[in-house]
Amino acid sequence: MRTWVRNTPAAIYLLVVLAFIYLPVVVLVLFSFQDGPLPVPPFNGPSLHWYEKMFGNERLIASLINSVVVAILSAVVTTFLGFLAAYGMARRTPRFAGGIRFSLMAPLTVSYLIIGIGLLITLNIVGISKSLFAVGIGHVVINLPLCFAIIYSQFGDHTRNIDDAARDLGASDFQTLLHVIAHVMKPSLFASFCLSATLSWDEFIIAFLLSRFDVTLPVIIFEMLRSGLTPEVNAAGTLVFAISVTTVIAAAITVSALTSGRKK
Amino acid sequence: MLSKARLTKRKGFEFTRWAVHPALLFTFLFFILPLLAMLIVSFWQRIGGKLTATWTFANYNKFFSKDYLVEALVNSVEVTLTATVISVLIAYPLAYILAFRVPVRWQRFVLIFTILPFWTAYVVRSYSWLLVISENGIINVIMTSLGLIDQPLEMAYSRGATVLGFVHFFTMLMTLTIYANLVQIKPTYHKAAADLGASPLQIFFRITLPLSIPGVAVGAFITFVIAIGDYINPQILGGGNEVLIPQAIILQVSRAANFPMASVMSVMLMVVVIVVYFVSAKHLKMERV
Repeated sequence: MRTWVRNTPAAIYLLVVLAFIYLPVVVLVLFSFQDGPLPVPPFNGPSLHWYEKMFGNERLIASLINSVVVAILSAVVTTFLGFLAAYGMARRTPRFAGGIRFSLMAPLTVSYLIIGIGLLITLNIVGISKSLFAVGIGHVVINLPLCFAIIYSQFGDHTRNIDDAARDLGASDFQTLLHVIAHVMKPSLFASFCLSATLSWDEFIIAFLLSRFDVTLPVIIFEMLRSGLTPEVNAAGTLVFAISVTTVIAAAITVSALTSGRKK
Repeated sequence: MLSKARLTKRKGFEFTRWAVHPALLFTFLFFILPLLAMLIVSFWQRIGGKLTATWTFANYNKFFSKDYLVEALVNSVEVTLTATVISVLIAYPLAYILAFRVPVRWQRFVLIFTILPFWTAYVVRSYSWLLVISENGIINVIMTSLGLIDQPLEMAYSRGATVLGFVHFFTMLMTLTIYANLVQIKPTYHKAAADLGASPLQIFFRITLPLSIPGVAVGAFITFVIAIGDYINPQILGGGNEVLIPQAIILQVSRAANFPMASVMSVMLMVVVIVVYFVSAKHLKMERV
């Protein structure tokens, strides 16, 4: 009882901040089921009208497919590059290790906006037109530091020993990397893939600057925002949120299952 | 057999040496080179719609002579600093409660629950606040129906609304970095201080707070970098009264295709971030000594 009393202010604070954090999310999701033209009170519903409208919107569906493609492909490339780099750094400490780590992590300290403007200017100078491919490259740039850091943090003495053992048993470098190291590193590779994919899926400014006709979902939603408050935006936002959260939760469950399996 | 094994071992030696290079090359081509291109173009000019290598400070002169551009940068710094400070003030007690008041086996769950809205669609996040604070939004409707106000409050489309949008997002981020720092502080420090007669307040101000400064600094720095470069939040919540630097940059790019001027503004934005980096890095080191 005494601890409960001592913790009352703490519990109240926790609830108040959680209410603040969840207020816009709840309003967004609730009014995506609005039966009426405006996503504001009073709430009439629930209705799936705006979801029907959204899934009937061809431009939106096309952009959704673009977003999924960019998210998956850029996440594959990011995880591959990050894995190789982490392996190279962990297997044998290269010369200039500090400098290499600094260069790989540097994009984290630069705004997405500036990375996007830099790529846009480069495309302009080289004379390449904007495209979904350029968006994908931009997404690899912003996600590579995180993926490298995640994978690198999971390398250790045990991976070095396994690596040596595989080689002593006659495995080639490629076999070692593909069948042994990649297998041991599966949880962090998967985590890095999922994180990279969700961040790309939700990214706006680089996609906005570097895409032309084949835009991504966040760019289409931004265009829809210009026409003011409409429950269709609520529906689209809820869809993006649902897919991100599902990916993140699935990733968390899979990673913890993979790692706990390992301990046994 | 032995020679073959040796051969593969030597090949492996070569391979591991080159494993880091694809990522380095990628970073060089698509991060370093574009930033250099941006820096170079900031000294070029757009003559007759074409980029021309003029090598002049004219763009920088223009930036500093146009009050509204300098003002945009100042506005950005003010808004970002305000949002960062408020986020720390909200996030610190929350992280503290999570680390020291919530039972250990519940901590992970409560933490994940707290930062789950992190994954709300980025473009829609600011829009969601519009639903809450706009003239016919939920707050005004509730307060009017309770009879607390006669006229709807004008909260949206202002600097305060921009700050609110930032605070909402970065409170979650900083709760995470500060919590991660707090749980690393050894409980024995608190016990030792208590045994030596320190009051709970003394323990907090002399032990917990100083040891948690790195978590605050990391969170504040990430917040600053992301917020000062954010276009969406001020664009949607900020309204037309003032322009922040990302909005000014996008305006140059999308309306005028004026890459030299956009580059100048991006360079100025980077300079601000670099200054902040050195200020916070110094602070971090000081705390470690």
